[in-house]
Amino acid sequence: MDTELKNKITIRDLKLWYGDFEALHGIDLDIYSGKVTAFIGPSGCGKSTFLRVLNRMNDRIPSCRVQGEVLLDGHNIYDAQIDVVQLRTHIGMVFQKPNPFPKSIYENIAYAPRIHGLVKDTQEMDELVENSLRKASIWDEVKDKLQQPGTALSGGQQQRLCIARTIAVQPDVILMDEPCSALDPIATAKIEELMDELKSDYTIVIVTHNMQQAARVSDYTAYFYLGDLIEHGDTHTIFTSPVNQKTEDYITGRFG
Amino acid sequence: MPQHTFKRFDDELNELKERVLIMGGLVERAIRRALKSLNKYDMERAQKVIERDKTINALEVEIDEMTRTMLALRQPAASDLRFIISTIKIVTDLERIGDLAEGVAAITLQSENNPLTHLDSLNSLADAVVMQVNNALDAFARGDVDAALATIEGDKKVNKLFKGMQREHLSYMIEDPRQITVGLQATNIGRNLERIGDHAVNISEMTIYMVKGHDIRHVDHETAAALISGELEED
Repeated sequence: MDTELKNKITIRDLKLWYGDFEALHGIDLDIYSGKVTAFIGPSGCGKSTFLRVLNRMNDRIPSCRVQGEVLLDGHNIYDAQIDVVQLRTHIGMVFQKPNPFPKSIYENIAYAPRIHGLVKDTQEMDELVENSLRKASIWDEVKDKLQQPGTALSGGQQQRLCIARTIAVQPDVILMDEPCSALDPIATAKIEELMDELKSDYTIVIVTHNMQQAARVSDYTAYFYLGDLIEHGDTHTIFTSPVNQKTEDYITGRFG
Repeated sequence: MPQHTFKRFDDELNELKERVLIMGGLVERAIRRALKSLNKYDMERAQKVIERDKTINALEVEIDEMTRTMLALRQPAASDLRFIISTIKIVTDLERIGDLAEGVAAITLQSENNPLTHLDSLNSLADAVVMQVNNALDAFARGDVDAALATIEGDKKVNKLFKGMQREHLSYMIEDPRQITVGLQATNIGRNLERIGDHAVNISEMTIYMVKGHDIRHVDHETAAALISGELEED
């Protein structure tokens, strides 16, 4: 489809265990720069686990063990000298349930840039906050109430606030774990529209149970089943002529 | 193929296929009857072909409505999507075949007082075309890619037969200008049959799309075969 595809993240032979249970069985996957990649699959197939591998969120689970390579721009994020906090400024994450800090809208955005020392003064911070909120298409709705608590916004606005908060530290990659499952169709459409705008600046990976959403927003789709990557390809092909019968059955609703 | 988790969708898909095949059967019969009325100078039969085209048209509308509903309510993907898209296209071809058969019947009625002669080459063409339509529908019903490809190849024979009968009638017209009216009528019937053959090709192409997901329209036979076997990637 595209002539020049650049790998943003390259995953090779990635295995993951929770205790004795092998949850991912040697995944090889290329995540292309400036594209939206969707992970689909039934519950328990490992797609969220795999998403969390990409910014080492699983490090927090004591029984979890990872083997294999995850190369972000050629550097293995599982190297011993990698600073996980720094890594997560490069690879941001948006969760299923909007989770703004119990602080003002302004502080929600300003918090991370401040602790990472990304800005010099108040004026620069004001600009960063405005730019982040604009990029997340929520500026017009909140510009007159920046000091109000972020938690007072509607669910869809909270989710866009969280996306703005992610953008504020200028990541390369944004991971989204079911970002719209708690939102109504209009708020969902706004997030989807936003993803389309953001992909020119960021590489986006989204986990979704909504196959129509995967079809709408993604350029590439990966289908996971029981800890295996069954098929990965451009979204158009996956949804019109998948190669693997398992993908076919899942996409057409012939599953289980 | 395993059933859909939502079983009513399976019923709907089966029903859709059945309707298309019923429509195909009516269309095939229309061609056969039109030709029979021509050969037997049976004006009543020709009239019936024209009347029955309404049934074919009504089926087209009904099937289109079914496919619209399924697209809106089921959001089909992959093989289901390809099946429904193929159906939409095939139904249009079937409706056009119905019209062309009706056209043959209409020319037959015009020739009532001046019966057409030298029908052998026209009948050979008609037999080949009926066979083509039958094979195309058969391949669709069975999802048979090889049979569909063979039908596409078979159109060459139809074209050859049409050219032959055209040339033959042209020579009659040159020999005897009084033959011009019936000669033109005969070649017009031949033209209708040749076009029916083209629609059988369209149906076969959609069958291949339905099964394989490759769009082989407007590519030569070798490229089509390479696409289907996977030796060639679509761009």
